[in-house]
Amino acid sequence: MPKLTIDGIELEVAPGTSVLQACEQLGIEVPRFCYHEKLSVPANCRMCLVEMEKAPKPIASCAMPCGEGMVIKTDTETVHKARKGVMEFLLINHPLDCPICDQGGECDLQDQAVGYGFDRGRYGEEKRAVKDKNLGPLIKTIMTRCIHCTRCIRFSDEIAGVSVMGATGRGEHMEIGTYVEAAVSSEMSGNLVDVCPVGALTSKPYAFTARPWELRKTESVDVLDAVGSNIRIDTRGGEVLRILPRLNEAVNEEWISDKTRYAHDGLKRQRLDRPYIRENGKLRAASWEEALALAATKLKGSAPEKIAAIAGDLADAESLLALKDLLGGMGVASLESRQDGSAIDATSRAGYIFNSTIAGIEQADHVFLIGTNPRWEGALVNARIRKRYLQGGLTVTVLGPRVDLTFPIEHLGNDATLLNAIADGSHPYAETLKAAKKPLLILGSGALARPDGAAVWAAARAVAEACGLVREDWNGFNVLHRAASRVGALDLGFLPAKGGRDLAGILDGARKGEVEVVYLLGADEIEAQHFGRAFVIYQGHHGDRGAHRADLILPGAAYTEKNATYVNTEGRAQHTRQATFPVGEAREDWKIIRALSGALGKPLPYDTLQQLRKRLADANPAFAQIDRVTPAAWGAFGTAGAVAAAPFTLPVENFYMTDAISRASATMAECTEAFVSPAVAERTGTHG
Amino acid sequence: MAWLDRTARGLFMTELVKGFALTFSYMFKPRVTINYPYERSPLSPRFRGEHALRRYPNGEERCIACKLCEAVCPALAITIEAEPREDGSRRTTRYDIDMTKCIYCGLCQEACPVDAIVEGPNLEFATETREELFYNKEKLLANGDRWEPLLAANIAADAPYR
Repeated sequence: MPKLTIDGIELEVAPGTSVLQACEQLGIEVPRFCYHEKLSVPANCRMCLVEMEKAPKPIASCAMPCGEGMVIKTDTETVHKARKGVMEFLLINHPLDCPICDQGGECDLQDQAVGYGFDRGRYGEEKRAVKDKNLGPLIKTIMTRCIHCTRCIRFSDEIAGVSVMGATGRGEHMEIGTYVEAAVSSEMSGNLVDVCPVGALTSKPYAFTARPWELRKTESVDVLDAVGSNIRIDTRGGEVLRILPRLNEAVNEEWISDKTRYAHDGLKRQRLDRPYIRENGKLRAASWEEALALAATKLKGSAPEKIAAIAGDLADAESLLALKDLLGGMGVASLESRQDGSAIDATSRAGYIFNSTIAGIEQADHVFLIGTNPRWEGALVNARIRKRYLQGGLTVTVLGPRVDLTFPIEHLGNDATLLNAIADGSHPYAETLKAAKKPLLILGSGALARPDGAAVWAAARAVAEACGLVREDWNGFNVLHRAASRVGALDLGFLPAKGGRDLAGILDGARKGEVEVVYLLGADEIEAQHFGRAFVIYQGHHGDRGAHRADLILPGAAYTEKNATYVNTEGRAQHTRQATFPVGEAREDWKIIRALSGALGKPLPYDTLQQLRKRLADANPAFAQIDRVTPAAWGAFGTAGAVAAAPFTLPVENFYMTDAISRASATMAECTEAFVSPAVAERTGTHG
Repeated sequence: MAWLDRTARGLFMTELVKGFALTFSYMFKPRVTINYPYERSPLSPRFRGEHALRRYPNGEERCIACKLCEAVCPALAITIEAEPREDGSRRTTRYDIDMTKCIYCGLCQEACPVDAIVEGPNLEFATETREELFYNKEKLLANGDRWEPLLAANIAADAPYR
């Protein structure tokens, strides 16, 4: 534990702490461009110079480890002179185009030029100009602005795990780029924009739309995957203009996936802005009174066993509970929240959450992935595994389709029956798993959606138990969900009650006419023809598959438009906050259900969000623990049985379009074209 | 003695005479009133009148949508929306000034890095309805085209003092 003195204050820091980090602990601000907490230290911008006693010249504080007895001064004449010199050199080639630069107002260089810049230039020669690079549909480049901090190179190498960016040339001829012209094909590429301290890499969809000072910032949570990344929604005049990550070390650190960041333009398209009623095969606009009255008539007119409800992937816990209370009160048993036909149920909470927690991945020394591509199903989970891999000593084994996960894997093959073999110890891999100190098993949600999902689930449990993944101090059994609503729905038991139909039963019943009314709470992943002749009530925010089939549409609110609770794959309850108002006559989802209960003559016992949240906490204490994960007790789950030999298939075919919002997004369509299906685009001639 | 002095002044109406003398003296001084609108007083090059958006001599609009005028406007009279133009350059799609809100402080032209928004010498833009005072980009650019020679001359005249 070295002791050092900074600006006359003595402090003791952990070994390996850099001088810059020590300064931060004291709250002393040291300007920097290249240094980034989550990235390696290159020390090439030289902005963080500080003075050290007995050193002949200023030192780069980001790269200098604290030593015993060091005396550091951060606020002396020499330091200021040195930093001013560095700033002047940086500004030699940096264009003075702040007025047209999108980084203007939130630019590190701009901010620090206020502190260390000179009020006129002494450089009269030609400035250099650099050709812009094409980094794909998400990132706009103005490479002349680049100050060569290499943060983008380090980000793509270290965090994103795609080594596409690099520097060519030396000195004044240095250029950042992709060696061969190529888009940055990573699901994390949007973070390059945040990482860039100047305006060299900016967001293409956001280009020139707004200035940071005119935006209203709302701290919320993402729901487009089950990770529950913490985000900041920037709005202006009721329009979501951009989404940025918010620091949460336990979930997403300071990164978010491209879908989280760029799918928000889908919130402006295909929206349901008023109730619609289908008459003679065509939808016509209707009033709320009319729509609720029709819904009430249909629900009253059918026997409870002929009514079913399916909740979608974006449903919030409040509306799930309200719908369950409403329909459950009427005696409806056929409630379903597993649109993908997953076999998972609520028998044991430890069986359906990510028990190790996302931050816990960093303790693991072995990861066993079953039938999942975490890169596309939970990009931040994959980033965390990669982070752990970079720390060294991590091995990863994959059972399922072989995918590029940005770190080396050992592929066991794609034979699902191996799970049984590993559980009974007949497969040599069981020994590897047993030998690991903190092994981690991640079961993909796609593996549970197979016809033999219950057996897969039980087999994974057997593996966990047989190989010692579940101990008193460590629970290595994890399920990686894709749907933001899934864990919340399971926590609330939004599942078929006794005598109720599950998804297959509901669809079968609808085809045969045994189910007359189907209530879809934002369920968009089911093909229209499956509903047969049933009367479909769709409550949701986008005119997607569900709305196309619906006989009655109740317009709801998207996640940026409501205060709602979502539980992420770890079982962490988090609140989204209202950043804009729902479009047109649309309303918050739980309010629609509350109004419907009034129209049915059975009003639900809550009128305010507070009352409903209290009811939520009563229904499951997990909802009272905001942003905390309570360890779940291990229990039995799944149906033991032989796993079918069918290979695992990956549930996500296109990372950029997985839900109603991202399917409506033009940016996501561009990404699909650029990254997922360039071949398809060429074939159809839409390639330009 | 004070009462004698006061009485004498009252008796001889000295105040009245002084007043008339002053009034009469103005008979021989030049007139200050002018026959507006046929005659006008001179305006400083710094006069802050009606707004205009200027163009470069080649016809390209100057405004680059940096939004500094919008940010600095103390009356929140300016509204700007922008997006990339077809050639990729940064341009406004909307530039509105609510002239009923404007307090003619001139901060917008001070903030403008490209001398695009200026307050010109025109002070005669009264209208019959409020709506006519909600200026849009088209109107502002038309103002600029109309007043450009004067605007350019004013900026040139003021340049040495900046």
